[in-house]
Amino acid sequence: MRIAYYPGCSLEGSSREYNESLEAIAPLLGWELIEVPDWNCCGASAAHSLNHELALALPARVLALAEKAGFEEVLVPCSACFTRLAAARHALSKDRALAARICELIELDCTGTTKVVSVLELLGRAASDGLAGLVRQPFACKVACYYGCFLTRPAELAVCRRQEDPQEMEELLRVIDAEPIRWAFKVECCGAGLSVARVDSVAELSGRIVEDAVRRGAEAIIVACPMCHTNLDLRRDAICRRRQTEFSIPVLYVTQAVGLALGLSPRRLGLHRHNVPVRLPAREKPEPVRES
Amino acid sequence: MPRIGVFVCHCGENIAGTVDPAAVAEAAARFPGVVHSVHYTYMCSEPGQNLIKEAIREKRLTGVVVAACSPRMHEPTFRRACAEAGLNPYLCEMANLREHCSWVHEKVPATTQKAIDLVRIQVEKVKRNRPLYPIKVPVTKRAMVLGGGIAGIQAALDIANAGHKVILVEREPSIGGHMAQLSETFPTLDCSQCILTPRMVEVAQHPNITLYTYSELESLSGFVGNFKARIRKKARSIDEKLCTGCGVCMQKCPTKKIPSEFNAGLGMRPAIYVPFPQAVPNKPVIDRANCVFFQKGRCRVCEKFCPTKAIRFDQQDEIIEVDVGAVVVATGYTVKPTSFFPEYGYGECPDVITGLHFERLASASGPTGGVIRRPSDGRIPETVVFIACAGSRDPAKGISYCSKICCMYTAKHAMLYRHKVPQGRAYVFYMDIRAGGKMYEEFVRRAIEEDQVNYVRGRVARIYERDGRLVVCGVDTLLNGRPVELEADLVVLATAMVAHEDAETLAQKLKVSYDTDRFLSEAHPKLRPVEMNTAGIFVAGACQAPKDIPEAVAQASGAASKVAGLFSQDELTREPVVAVVNRAPPPIWSTCVGCFLCESACAYQAIEREEIRTRDGQLIKTVARVNPGLCQGCGTCVALCRSRSIDLQGFTNEQIFAEVLAL
Repeated sequence: MRIAYYPGCSLEGSSREYNESLEAIAPLLGWELIEVPDWNCCGASAAHSLNHELALALPARVLALAEKAGFEEVLVPCSACFTRLAAARHALSKDRALAARICELIELDCTGTTKVVSVLELLGRAASDGLAGLVRQPFACKVACYYGCFLTRPAELAVCRRQEDPQEMEELLRVIDAEPIRWAFKVECCGAGLSVARVDSVAELSGRIVEDAVRRGAEAIIVACPMCHTNLDLRRDAICRRRQTEFSIPVLYVTQAVGLALGLSPRRLGLHRHNVPVRLPAREKPEPVRES
Repeated sequence: MPRIGVFVCHCGENIAGTVDPAAVAEAAARFPGVVHSVHYTYMCSEPGQNLIKEAIREKRLTGVVVAACSPRMHEPTFRRACAEAGLNPYLCEMANLREHCSWVHEKVPATTQKAIDLVRIQVEKVKRNRPLYPIKVPVTKRAMVLGGGIAGIQAALDIANAGHKVILVEREPSIGGHMAQLSETFPTLDCSQCILTPRMVEVAQHPNITLYTYSELESLSGFVGNFKARIRKKARSIDEKLCTGCGVCMQKCPTKKIPSEFNAGLGMRPAIYVPFPQAVPNKPVIDRANCVFFQKGRCRVCEKFCPTKAIRFDQQDEIIEVDVGAVVVATGYTVKPTSFFPEYGYGECPDVITGLHFERLASASGPTGGVIRRPSDGRIPETVVFIACAGSRDPAKGISYCSKICCMYTAKHAMLYRHKVPQGRAYVFYMDIRAGGKMYEEFVRRAIEEDQVNYVRGRVARIYERDGRLVVCGVDTLLNGRPVELEADLVVLATAMVAHEDAETLAQKLKVSYDTDRFLSEAHPKLRPVEMNTAGIFVAGACQAPKDIPEAVAQASGAASKVAGLFSQDELTREPVVAVVNRAPPPIWSTCVGCFLCESACAYQAIEREEIRTRDGQLIKTVARVNPGLCQGCGTCVALCRSRSIDLQGFTNEQIFAEVLAL
């Protein structure tokens, strides 16, 4: 399956391993990722707090480029990028005059024929399309699936069906033999963009998330958003200081978990780039069934 | 030749302010068929009515047009005046010069011209009016009340005390409803059972009331005064005549771990049971889905021990058919379960409970004997958080309405908890406190001021378990919107009051309307609050909208008095504005071809089938017949009839066309 791919800035910088793991699993799942030609910034959180038109024009340009290249769908792994692109598409579809103005600004046609898809959605399709048969190394871990904000909000753009208790990631991870736990913080705020300016807030908010996951026996936290990963992984030292507890639970991208299950090496999946070392509990391989 | 009289009213300045009544009367005098045309300041006054009566007698009028206000206002007045002068009242029509003309237009010549046109229309119509006579239908003076909660009990008692027979149908094994489950009642804190159970006993002993518990309405047909109800009396599996209610069977039943419906699942009951000790009737039922004998074919322990040999495993459901003249629907409500709230733990934390659970915990007859103990480990909670508006007033959850009783019962719960656990802390998260009602606001103030219940204005976003306690994360919007985090031992959700799952099925059985929340719709939200759009069916209690006990009781008494009013006459008089299928002598004649499109179009099931036979009994054809008792005069069948065989009396096609052509 050929699909347009919009990595955005994070996947080229702070979360290279998300990109690496996605590109590593893509061929195994039969995906051909074609980067959107000449893509630009999605506007992130800066544009829409300053200029409404700019905040729509930037993602609209990406959509228009994908559309021009003839793609029906564009894969957007970063949750923040996803929200910006999906929000722009939604806003333009609701208001024709606005769409005309934005198209004039970007000097391209953006009719909304290209749909925005998340990694979770695409992996969900793979799960119902024989992913289980590809598993070589069952990811037999107790996992806390962490969605954060952008996958469940706002309601009209949400990737997940049940806002307060989404299940998409759990369903996917069960396919690779993980054991998702029930926990209370899967859609709570991680501190998001305050990661740089207010480490104390992030340490408090993300700390609660990590703490609840650990208390309920999770062995790994699974995320699908670069921002979440940054706050739970890169800010772990601040979290531990604030909580005055050592938390060693690793945080994996959902693509890394799937990659491990598909038998890819930790290095190819970029696990060595994490701040918190990824040490998953060793599982004894089930003994081969002997015929008696 | 028609002899029509036109009477133009000034309505003081209301009409005469913009319309020239003298000019209208003068113009009307020249219409063909008009033999008399006058105008007067107040036609509805005594002298005004006398003008009409005298003209009818002196000019031998065959029809009257009163050009005045809306027929909604004074048509009955003028028709009565005509009748007093000997003219059939249905030969009087009104031209609405006030609402349709003078009130909505400027004082210009065109306004008077429009008034003249309006009169001409009615003159052309009234020429084609035929004398009509009110329809009389007999009344069966027996009422059926559906639902044996407090509303149904009150309605049944009131109707029975008015001297009429009542059939009370309750689907549970006992009457009592939700009120029997409550601990104390606001705002007086009197014990719910203490005030309810005497009423339940009164129902059981009243000579005019026939009680069918463990029974459901199967179907209802007929019309006001003449309904036919089929009631399914589910098999209790005991012989009620022999059973003395001694309770030995319940003690001996080996299956004892069935969650008790009466205790909202907090206590257990056996497979053969009465819901609660004060049940009426105090006769057990066998819950066949949970009975070992019915499931596995072995046991019969109850049968062995029953001293009066009253157990009947082979009992069948019984269908009872009764004629009733009126129906009161009082089927009540249910509450949203905690599983409706993913953010509050999806119903998986046993210590997150609904208000109804708390009632059982606080009730002296409850599973804990009235001691507040949390369901998980039986400890007495040190901190209890109450959350008002759980689901209610939340369009995102699909419930946009206010459940109305929660503010009050939450205050009551917090108060009861503080009385029972004086060292305990009670918090209430709320949006607004809606305490409209006699002594209600004072009651809430008492909870806050005397019983030191902490009221926090704000919503709770999440509840989760941590080390055996519940963490309640919310916001205090009076404290600069600060997040609040509380550790609690028990959380009580005032979950929304909603219609029963099968409310739609019931409404369809009764052919009454319901709203988007599946509450039954009253005929008029202000002026006909206990009637429904189907004549002869009345509504009481929370099946119509959330309401508290005093309101439900008041509405039930209102419905009962409507029933008593209906039963005060031997025959019902109805307006003859109904559809008729043409039939003319000889008796075998009708243009109806029997396609019965009208039957499928009729919203009131008023179309019947009638066989036309020759004198020696040979069938000629089957034609439609309109049951005048059921017909509401909507005219849908008239529009659909392919052979133009149906007409609406008082609004015939001929009359309507004449009106249009007069323009």
